Amino acid sequence: MSASRHAVLPSEGVSRRAFLKVGVIAGGGLSLGWQFGARASVPGALSAFVIIDGDGRIRITAHQPEIGQGVKTSFPMMIAEELDVDWEQVTVVQAPGNRAVYGVQVAGGSMATPTQFDRMRRLGAGARAMLVEAAAQAWGVPAGEITTGSALLHHKASGRSARYAEMAEKAAWLKAPDPKTLTLKSPDQFRLLGRRVPGVDNRKLVTGEPLFGIDARPAGMVFAAFAKSPVFGGRLKSANRAAALAVPGVMGLIDIAERRDLKTEIDVPLPGIEVLPQGIAVLATSTWAALRGRDALACQWEGGDAAFQSTAAWEAAAATALKQGPQKPGFINEGDALARLAGAARRVAADYAYPFIAHAALEPMNATAHVTGDTCELWLSTQTPEDARRMVAKALGIKAGNVTLNLMRSGGGFGRRLMNDVAVEAAVIARAAGVPVKLTWDRGQDFAHDWLRPGGWHRLEAGLDAKGDIIAWHDHFISYGRDGVLDPPASIDRSLFPAGVIKDYRADVTVLPLASTLGWLRAPINNAFAFVTQGFIDECADAAGRDGLEYRRALLGEGRSIPMAAEGGAEGTENTGTPYHTGRMRGVLDKAAEMAGWGRTLPPRRGMGIAFHFSHLGYFANVVEASVAADGSVAVHGVWVAADVGRHIINLSGAENQVQGSVIDALGAALGQRISFADGAVEQVNFGDYPLARMDMAPPVAVAFLSTDFPTTGLGEPAYPSLAPALAGAIFQATGKRLRQLPFDTGLLKA
Amino acid sequence: MKLNINGKPVDVAADPDMPLLWALRDVLGLTGTKFGCGAGFCGACTVQLDGQPVRGCQTPVSAVGTAQITTIEGLSASAWGRKLQDAWVALDVPQCGYCQAGQLLAAEALLRTTPKPSDADIDAAMSGNLCRCATYTRIRAAIKQAAAA
Repeated sequence: MSASRHAVLPSEGVSRRAFLKVGVIAGGGLSLGWQFGARASVPGALSAFVIIDGDGRIRITAHQPEIGQGVKTSFPMMIAEELDVDWEQVTVVQAPGNRAVYGVQVAGGSMATPTQFDRMRRLGAGARAMLVEAAAQAWGVPAGEITTGSALLHHKASGRSARYAEMAEKAAWLKAPDPKTLTLKSPDQFRLLGRRVPGVDNRKLVTGEPLFGIDARPAGMVFAAFAKSPVFGGRLKSANRAAALAVPGVMGLIDIAERRDLKTEIDVPLPGIEVLPQGIAVLATSTWAALRGRDALACQWEGGDAAFQSTAAWEAAAATALKQGPQKPGFINEGDALARLAGAARRVAADYAYPFIAHAALEPMNATAHVTGDTCELWLSTQTPEDARRMVAKALGIKAGNVTLNLMRSGGGFGRRLMNDVAVEAAVIARAAGVPVKLTWDRGQDFAHDWLRPGGWHRLEAGLDAKGDIIAWHDHFISYGRDGVLDPPASIDRSLFPAGVIKDYRADVTVLPLASTLGWLRAPINNAFAFVTQGFIDECADAAGRDGLEYRRALLGEGRSIPMAAEGGAEGTENTGTPYHTGRMRGVLDKAAEMAGWGRTLPPRRGMGIAFHFSHLGYFANVVEASVAADGSVAVHGVWVAADVGRHIINLSGAENQVQGSVIDALGAALGQRISFADGAVEQVNFGDYPLARMDMAPPVAVAFLSTDFPTTGLGEPAYPSLAPALAGAIFQATGKRLRQLPFDTGLLKA
Repeated sequence: MKLNINGKPVDVAADPDMPLLWALRDVLGLTGTKFGCGAGFCGACTVQLDGQPVRGCQTPVSAVGTAQITTIEGLSASAWGRKLQDAWVALDVPQCGYCQAGQLLAAEALLRTTPKPSDADIDAAMSGNLCRCATYTRIRAAIKQAAAA
């Protein structure tokens, strides 16, 4: 598995039995949901995923956190398909965060679709089966003769028809079926899945209706900002409280004491989550006044766990490690890479590096909290609502069940909102304030207190045989950790290509000390490793005098399963132990090459690059066509992406959007994103020194999904990693210059 | 202070230095206009003053004067606005959706002055508006669809 891939996400698949649970609703109607475990559900807490009213309304609950990955649309689609209703007949309702009622609610690791696809379908199929049974009893005909469609029941022989609404109350008195006995549609029967379905919130988004956490405005709410040390663990030395209180609109100041006792049982644990920093909260009549008050405090900070951190010092330490050798030789050691290297016909070596990068979700971190006695209500954009409830409960010393969480749409997640530090701060401030409080971080705080994608260095050496094929791979990997152990988001393991495919594979490791927070960022680990691995494969192909596509095909070899990629195995029943399949990878590689017209003759200073990567159970390959101007600036003219995420695409529109967005996001990262430290703190403060992709650099991105006979898997992440190496390949073809460091220094590319 | 917002006069009890963004969001409860960076880099807070797109976070309320303010809540009053909204929904532009209010107000101003924009026109008008989800492919397509509608 792979704690390294996406932390330890919870499972209900095998270990936790789930039953369909039926309910009668006021006014006569059917509700159907899941009950988890054998215990009777909490009264009034029925997890109603499907509600069919007597008056004909059909409501489907969306329970997953919507962070832009489209689950508020795609999950209800899975239910609607099997319920056999038209999408236009459905109203989607957002669930609050409550695992006891709705089951696992996590947006992370691209795992929602693979783990819950089957369960969502069985909800729809279960409700349909009950409606059919109700009609069969009412009409005195065999259930097997009743057909459905567009929320209608029909019995051909007798010519009888009824709307679902007419049978809803009768169905509600039936025993819910055993979900295992339900027959699901075969893919050729799908009427909704696979279509292009616009997001259910689109109209609200384009008219400015409140949807996001930052839009919450409970009655009596005040606005807050929070001054805290830019250096992790720093102590307050001085603050100008009088100046802050003199700012018009500032209502008061609240001192918050540091706490390091907040460790609790959560799904996505990382070092640092248990810390509430020391600081001063500023309460005000507007966010603007609160932020001005915070600035007027002019807090001086000293010390801190992370005070030693500096990019310059880390770079020097990495250079020393490369010169003197690794701390942990043979950290991974399959076969005998060193012997094979010694006997190789040819050796290729190169050093690669990449920086910390930040999530920079466009909706700044914020949380609204109202604490009354031993209860707390939260309005929160989060990827992990249950973790937020538990963290807040721990911080307040109350029961998690007493934390009500209004699950708001997230203005981007990318892994940042797996962490709920801002919710803990808001709750503690709100308790002291005694009124509802909306805490908002500004952009500088978002960068200063992110859970960063760690940087790293790789010294690579490959041994080639007489034909030029890679027979041995040796990596000295340097990244960050604590107490001599790599942090989970900075790890390396056997699930990462080319381990498993190249039998003689060795990775040595050096750990650089770090005390601030690292986290999961869109296709974590993979987003850096793909650049390194695929770039170096290009270099090996070049050394062998071979074409990058043909060389990769040879490297992957015959289509076969390689039992190295356990990622996702813990979560998805159907995906347990999913191996890396070289045939699926070749399939997308060939498709991307075909789409792009790989091998076309191009004008001078224009080139194509190709790369592939497997992560989050998805197989992706892409080709990038780019040109390099005389001043070194890079323009991308087209990207062709081929994807294999199994049998089904749930929502073709959302799926394509995810892939195009991932590719352009990765392009922005490759061309300019870098977080650095000085004096213990992050140096970047806003989008001026941390550029995101913009319209004028966004190329056309063609996307093809291959359907293969494998389980359906997620799409929020795996399209990201293979962009940067393909772009580096295109630049190499255009200029003969190999870029081995992210972000690309285009100054090296001047004609 | 009196402002004219989406065709209606509104009294605003705000510090004259307060950026329009915060007067809209926090004082008036018009939360469709979004806070992204607070420094004019991202365009999430884009509103129109007399039809010109401006950064709400960089515009003190005292500088608005009698100018007509258009926010996302008032975009439907514009024929181009409605075409853009329909195209945005039909082409399923949003991912997280947080930037889209600003994108739409920038796009409406573009189409009013340039009803048949070229790719270069779109680049020039829209490159100040960040989309962290990078939905640029669809923003471009939706602008073209609205222009053709």
